[in-house]
Amino acid sequence: MATRQTQGLARLMRAPAIILLFVWMIVPLCMTLYYSFLNYNMLNPGMTSWAGWFNYQYFYTDPAFLESIRNTLVLVLGVLFITVVGGTFIAMLIDKPIWGQGIVRILVISPFFVMPPVAALIWKNMIMHPSYGVLADVARFFGVQPVDWFAQYPLTSIILIVAWQWLPFATLILLTSLQSLDTEQMEAAEMDGAPAYSRFFYLVLPHMARAITVVILIQTIFLLGIYAEILVTTNGGPGTASTNLTFLIYRAARLNFDIGGAAAGGIIAVILANLVAIFLMRAVGRNLD
Amino acid sequence: MARAVTRNARIGWTIAAWAVALLIFFPILYTIITSLKSEQEAIAGFDLIPSFTLESYQTVQSQNNYWRPFMNSVILSVGSTLLALVVAIPAAWAMAFSPTKRTKDILMWMLSTKMMPAVAVLVPIYLIFLRTGLMDTRIGLTILLMLINLPIVVWMLYTYFREIPGEILEAARMDGASLRDEILYVLTPMAIPGIASTLLLNIILAWNEAFWTIQLTTTKAAPLSAFIASFSSPQGLFWAKLSAASVMAIAPILVLGWFSQKQLVRGLTFGAVK
Repeated sequence: MATRQTQGLARLMRAPAIILLFVWMIVPLCMTLYYSFLNYNMLNPGMTSWAGWFNYQYFYTDPAFLESIRNTLVLVLGVLFITVVGGTFIAMLIDKPIWGQGIVRILVISPFFVMPPVAALIWKNMIMHPSYGVLADVARFFGVQPVDWFAQYPLTSIILIVAWQWLPFATLILLTSLQSLDTEQMEAAEMDGAPAYSRFFYLVLPHMARAITVVILIQTIFLLGIYAEILVTTNGGPGTASTNLTFLIYRAARLNFDIGGAAAGGIIAVILANLVAIFLMRAVGRNLD
Repeated sequence: MARAVTRNARIGWTIAAWAVALLIFFPILYTIITSLKSEQEAIAGFDLIPSFTLESYQTVQSQNNYWRPFMNSVILSVGSTLLALVVAIPAAWAMAFSPTKRTKDILMWMLSTKMMPAVAVLVPIYLIFLRTGLMDTRIGLTILLMLINLPIVVWMLYTYFREIPGEILEAARMDGASLRDEILYVLTPMAIPGIASTLLLNIILAWNEAFWTIQLTTTKAAPLSAFIASFSSPQGLFWAKLSAASVMAIAPILVLGWFSQKQLVRGLTFGAVK
């Protein structure tokens, strides 16, 4: 029962959050748009001039740009594939009647709480280092030449690290969904003699479809912005072999001091993220009612 | 579960699950082990038994001035989360208890601000920080982290507040409670668990943030995420010391994280999966 007085109060209570977020969203974005039309280099700030579409032409026709888009897609799709498939199986495994389920859960979700630079450095030095890493030790044990991961397979290495970080997230959400599955239905199917794979494809998977969608969409938002993992491992290299769009824009802004070019790159990052966001908002919005 | 599970099946699943779990946890485990080795041991090849020396921890704390970034991490993550709560609690409260036609649209719009890629606004934020003297200050970064996590905070609080049944409010009103009594004695006690969960998850998110902290700090205000990232070049730090620094950076948040599994699902899926 909302009276006029409480409605006024409610408006007052909502206002600060709305105003803050509005300013945070609109002001920097407008500035990015503005800078994207300027010839503006921080090494030469006196020479700033109107550039028209030059930054866009320059940035989008750079071969590094196309490669960065390709790397971004490979990175996102690779991580999604590993985390969704792996997460589904691990979630089903944890959901089985096992001893020490609580501890297994804790071990599995732990990588998610490791901050990106630490995760990347652990993998770079402890696991994948060509002479001191565990994988090199394993290779030597079998008498095989150790792989120099970041030199030979830079993007694959980063995909592995990021997949390790996000596997817990996928597992946890899929497990939550799995635990809300109607066990009676499963038992009925089992008693009717439905084999395990058809129970999986006709009961479990349809039930988890929504959770899988949510995992894919939310991870995509975060995966488009992968940065620290690249910075501390390959630094985008060799060449631009592991440079994604985020890293390319960072390089333009911070290492080349090209404000206009970085801003033009930022605009396409917004467009890319928005394409994903539209789908995510639909999935989440449906749940609000 | 009504279904009887044979003992053998249970043993089999348990072994499989533990094997997978240990494999996933292995990089963290091996880092902890390496942090307890001496530098010679650390590069001497695969070995799961360290000599349990605390040498590396001592070196990291004395040589690399570890406590400054640690304190920065604490201040930034707790500060930004508290600031976000101050702004978000009234907003979420209003939207949950006096919803209007547009409440849903406002919530969706707030969510959309979270979708903006950070790198798209790197240029303006960087320039603003440079020109206003906020670069490498705790206050600047605290405000930024608050803005980044505000949508999640509002959303989480909203989903918690909405679960408080309206009938209780009506009952309190019937018994003659004033608006003030209602808020103080009825709503607040029921809202505290939700607020605590939100606090926990957002401290974790802010602690692990590693894009803006690297971009906007150099030394003074650098939290652990930026401090550790500066070790990417091999000189200066060795295996055991790197491990010790890593363990110290992730240990507090790992423990907090273990307690927040449920909130994690809810917070990061914006209530879409519970």
